[in-house]
Amino acid sequence: MDVFLDPANRQAYLDGFLTILKLTGASALLALALGMLLAACRVSPVPVLRALGAGWVHLFRNTPLTLVILFCFFGLYSAVGVEFSEDIHVNNYWLAVTGLSAYTAAFVCEAIRSGINTVPVGQAEAARALGLSFSQNLRLIILPQAMRSVVAPLGSILIALTKNATIAGVIGVAEASSAMKALIESNGDQTIAIFAVFALTFVALLVPVGYAFSALANRLVVRR
Amino acid sequence: MMSASVLYDHPGPRARMRNRVLSVVFGLLVVAGLYGIYRAFDSTQQWTWEKWQPFFETVTVNGQTANFWTDYALPGLLATLEAAATAMLLALAFGLVFSVARLSEHRWIRVPAGVVVEFFRAVPVLLMIFFLSFGGFWVFGTLIPPFWSVVIGLTLYNGSVLAEAFRAGIRAVPRGQSEAAYSLGLTKGQVMRMILIPQAARSMLPVIVSQLVVVLKDTALGYIVSYPELMLEGSKGYAVFTNAVPTFMVLALIYIVINGLLTLVAHLLERRANRLGVTNPATKAAAAATAATGLGGGGGGAGGA
Repeated sequence: MDVFLDPANRQAYLDGFLTILKLTGASALLALALGMLLAACRVSPVPVLRALGAGWVHLFRNTPLTLVILFCFFGLYSAVGVEFSEDIHVNNYWLAVTGLSAYTAAFVCEAIRSGINTVPVGQAEAARALGLSFSQNLRLIILPQAMRSVVAPLGSILIALTKNATIAGVIGVAEASSAMKALIESNGDQTIAIFAVFALTFVALLVPVGYAFSALANRLVVRR
Repeated sequence: MMSASVLYDHPGPRARMRNRVLSVVFGLLVVAGLYGIYRAFDSTQQWTWEKWQPFFETVTVNGQTANFWTDYALPGLLATLEAAATAMLLALAFGLVFSVARLSEHRWIRVPAGVVVEFFRAVPVLLMIFFLSFGGFWVFGTLIPPFWSVVIGLTLYNGSVLAEAFRAGIRAVPRGQSEAAYSLGLTKGQVMRMILIPQAARSMLPVIVSQLVVVLKDTALGYIVSYPELMLEGSKGYAVFTNAVPTFMVLALIYIVINGLLTLVAHLLERRANRLGVTNPATKAAAAATAATGLGGGGGGAGGA
């Protein structure tokens, strides 16, 4: 365990997990917003929007995240010149957030769409009978109920996103997995201790999130 | 669209007119967006024939003759499929053993199995792969080839996800089934092997196939530890042809086609199971609840109970 007695190593460990949390937080917010928008597209009466939503979901659900993030770097940044910052580290961070959000939004969209399907038809019919338009219906009646029934799947998506954030290392973002790799490479004799610390940190971060979300889901579920 | 009918009336003449107008408006916006993307890539000459030629014919670059498909993509695809198939078989075995262990009456089997499953579901696959790849020598006294780093990492994670799926499936088989089997004098092992697992396995078939998509996608992590799968081999191609963007587009297309076919198989299996009535409502609900979201990457799937 003395590898973590070195302040520099401890700092690398802390920075790695801080980066994971920052990547997760930023991507989760963006993915939630984008995912709700895509879900609205997928259930809308306009065929073009439905196709747009479906296309996004098919594209990102079937593509490996490694490819998505590499494409953000080689395609968006190197080829097209999308630049978030002069600082290469900050730039790569935001490129990774772009990839993670676009990818995760596809899953958020599908979760919300399945949530919309759990809302009884009578709710939407009553809303339409009162003269509510599609967007009012969605905003005021359907989505608030649907969101409550998708708390558990959204929790799973958040957990997966946290783990997926480790892939940002592929474009040089100094997150936890690359910190672990660097520590193992310079302190191979303590591999097991290093792995145990990093793995158990993920367990300590994510297992409570899982239980919190399922408890929340039980509380919020619309009893019918 | 089933979900659509919940939200709006069957469109009448005015609504149809309005939808048509909105279709045109948003259609133009989509086209404008796509054109913007096209222009952005065009400004750096991503659409030139030189960059796309390698996907259609053998080309010679700096005196070196290479074919994208036979030299890079197909060997890479083969390695991807090999790793995915191996990992999936091992994950199925792992999932089967641990789901049964978690359902055991003996605390000393149930609890450790639960700890193992919860642990591997929470740890990113990439962490496992790094541990095996870079620390394998120190821990096991021998270098672990990239193939096995990837396969073992994927097996432990996906095996744990499948273990949870199987457990839900086995528990959803109606109690009467095992009660009847016990009353016929079958032993615990026989009931599990002959009555519960076959029924659970059939209802969980769609879940198993969609987990295969996750495994296939996650083999792309091999890129990071130099396992020559599709991503890495494809990248060797673009280093020769200097066409990174077109190569990524083609690689993405290959993944989308293969995973799309697998998803189609999952749907067909589900429909067939429904038609044949091999699933009872409870196991079907369990299958739907545990249907992997397929996030893949560092690890997707269900979290929490």
